[in-house]
Amino acid sequence: MLQVARWRVILVAVVTAMGIAFAFPNFVPEQMRAQIPSFLPKQAINLGLDLRGGSQLLLEIDTATLRRQQLDNFADLMAQALRDAEPRIRFTGRGVVSDAARVRVTDPEQMDAALRMLRPLGQSQATGNDVATFTQTPDGFIEARLSETYMRELSRQAAQQSVEIIRRRIDPNGTSEVSIARQGDSRIIVQAPGVADPEMLKERIGQTALMTFHMVREVSPEESAAGQIPPGTMVVQPYPQSQGTPEVVERRPRFTGERLTRANPSTDQQTGEFVLSFALDRQGTTQFCRITRENTGQRFAILLDNLVLTAPRINEPICGGTGQISGNFTAETANNLAVMLRAGALPAPLSVIDERTVDASLGADAIESGAKASAIAGIVTFLFMVLAYGLLGIFACVALVVNFILIIAAMSMIGAALTLPGIAGLILTIAMAVDANVLIYERMREEAGAGRSPALSIDAGFSRAMITIIDANLTTILAAAILFQFGAGPVRGFAWTLSIGVITSVFTAVLVTQILIAWWFRMARPKTLPI
Amino acid sequence: MAWWPLIRLLPKKTNFTYVKFAGFAAFLSIAAVAASLGSMFTGGFRDNPIEIYQNASGSPLARLGAIMERGYNLGIDFRGGVSILIEAPGPIDQEELRALGQRAQEGDVEVQGTTCRPVNGPPYCAILNFETAPDQADTVEEIRDGLGVVAEGARIANVDSVSAKVSEELFSGGLIALGLAILLMLVYIWFRFEWYFALGGVLALFHDVILTLGVFSFFRIEFTLTIIAALLTIVGYSMNDTVVVFDRLRENLRKYKKMPLGELVDLSLNETLSRTIITGCTALFALIGLLYLGGEALSGFAIAMIFGILIGTYSSLYVAAPAILMWGVKRGREGGGNTREVPQTAG
Repeated sequence: MLQVARWRVILVAVVTAMGIAFAFPNFVPEQMRAQIPSFLPKQAINLGLDLRGGSQLLLEIDTATLRRQQLDNFADLMAQALRDAEPRIRFTGRGVVSDAARVRVTDPEQMDAALRMLRPLGQSQATGNDVATFTQTPDGFIEARLSETYMRELSRQAAQQSVEIIRRRIDPNGTSEVSIARQGDSRIIVQAPGVADPEMLKERIGQTALMTFHMVREVSPEESAAGQIPPGTMVVQPYPQSQGTPEVVERRPRFTGERLTRANPSTDQQTGEFVLSFALDRQGTTQFCRITRENTGQRFAILLDNLVLTAPRINEPICGGTGQISGNFTAETANNLAVMLRAGALPAPLSVIDERTVDASLGADAIESGAKASAIAGIVTFLFMVLAYGLLGIFACVALVVNFILIIAAMSMIGAALTLPGIAGLILTIAMAVDANVLIYERMREEAGAGRSPALSIDAGFSRAMITIIDANLTTILAAAILFQFGAGPVRGFAWTLSIGVITSVFTAVLVTQILIAWWFRMARPKTLPI
Repeated sequence: MAWWPLIRLLPKKTNFTYVKFAGFAAFLSIAAVAASLGSMFTGGFRDNPIEIYQNASGSPLARLGAIMERGYNLGIDFRGGVSILIEAPGPIDQEELRALGQRAQEGDVEVQGTTCRPVNGPPYCAILNFETAPDQADTVEEIRDGLGVVAEGARIANVDSVSAKVSEELFSGGLIALGLAILLMLVYIWFRFEWYFALGGVLALFHDVILTLGVFSFFRIEFTLTIIAALLTIVGYSMNDTVVVFDRLRENLRKYKKMPLGELVDLSLNETLSRTIITGCTALFALIGLLYLGGEALSGFAIAMIFGILIGTYSSLYVAAPAILMWGVKRGREGGGNTREVPQTAG
């Protein structure tokens, strides 16, 4: 009776030792952590933003814009396919209406041939998945609608791309602790610990920063105000604070910011104002050279997100591949713009749908009161257990201490964030962890009361209470699992501590106390149970 | 071994009769559930739901939603909008703050006094609430720049800005999570015990959740994301309690085959009473500590949990177990497929 298998003792010893090693960095001041030998873990608990202070932004991709861009491309593809057809299929009215890209087949006789030509476009060549479906309208249009799975895929890709671009924009040197991650199909979460004012983040994220180069068509302001502009052109407004004027430019850009290899803020040597100097890649250089040679004397416009930054006159062909953009910048705006251009344009605009900022001192307060409340919870639980079960209660308290260490160790090890609700979960776990011990001890009492020997009572206490312990704790784990699925940031922290706590508490309450009781029993050989 | 004065909270053997009071308890519970539901639909007996329904627009379901919304003091997570906590070393001019808010963003602006951080924070604080969250605008920036007028040295300590889209998702997500939790518990108990146990347990869960929701509605305690976490924990705790009782009941069903069911329920409840009380008390005391020391952010959580534990313990004793009596129990054939029939005799 009361033999504890050797492997159990070893397991408990190893787990406890590892627990102490992993929990240790949390109890030394930050400066001293560097001195921990390298073979020992150094990772302390990762504090959530609500405890350490900082900013969090939840961004969502504008899927409507994404869809419109995609439909625009698709309309081009359709036109191309019909043009390439043999014999050629005549069409008009290439365009996009609400949720469909469409063309109008001029000759109704050719409708079937057109549909046959277009159908392959509806399937992705890479994956074979449906990209779009084609329908025929009574008035001779062929309409293409993008499939939902394709849109989701696109949105996910765009979100993934945006994550990279945002990283390059807000953390160009890769030195800050900002974490940027995709969430779901169309969202991105940005967490910046220690940033009390997220304005800089928002400024750098808020712009698509798509730079395009267009030729200007000279149209008098009266004509453009009356809407009399040449086909294939558009009216664009000046960029805020750039002191430009509205311009009429060709709808199609001659080339885009993708051709930029370098963008730096600098000052113009003649005027002394802040400018943005840039360099183009080889293809960009040849294009720019050709365009400026063919259009010397005319003006071209540099647009940022479809707003005119500047529209200078081309005085001579520019073939060096470098240039500078003036836009009435300040040192700061020029620098911001440079960072964004270097990072590249976002595939679609992003909007902030959730923003949280917590002051660091508020977080420090929360930690302090959380620590106090945890201490109170621990003391109360200790008192209760010792008062109710005496010596065995002390064993339960030892198990509780091991449990606490294991929770801290597990949190440090997996890097789950400890949040304010997480602290509440920790406190609740401390109080609830003794439940398993209570179940076991109550069983022992009953068995001893029924006249069994101490050894048999102890044995029966553990074995009989086990089923109940597992049943009871599984329900809590189930609840925590659901919380984890549903929970946003802080609540997820609660789910973490709760579920880790349940697992470690069963481990300590059952194994640790069992070993302690077995040792005590072998040494003391009690005639009755002190319970 | 009399060297330690063990304090017993309860006599070794208790003989409370629960089943006798089950009828009265059922009456009490039904009345309390009805009152809770009533409170949810009338904003804590302050509003007239018919009036709200008539004034609201949209589909009948949306109008019903409007009533439910009024039933609670919804926090920023579920309400959407912007909430800015401002702290200052000197008194805050609330009128100036409101004016500043109105300059920064159109729409409903509300200034709310609040209790400040007890220990380390500046002594004066206020909360500025906007009903809608801006898309990209610089509301917060404008407030930050204009704070000097409101109070010397004032600064922003906390900003929560939640768009309507996110708040709706969080709200429906919370409801789904609660429903899912209860359903999972039902399946779990069904799997581990018998269907009548499952029904009793789930009845108790609904009872606990509805009463807790009722308390939040009646006392207008702020309903936040953390409260959803508390509710789910209450579901877990209450189920935990119920499972312990059920386990004993199942065991006793095998042990005493001839004992009338009512007596058997009483016996099982008495046998587990000591555990119920010790576990409940440690949890309660820890939570009371949290309530007083945890600061305002966690007080709602602590209140929900304290109430939930009290009500969860009550429901295990007076709802879940007696409910089994209503359906009756198949005796003779053992549940759970366990073949251990007779308890081992004492050694």
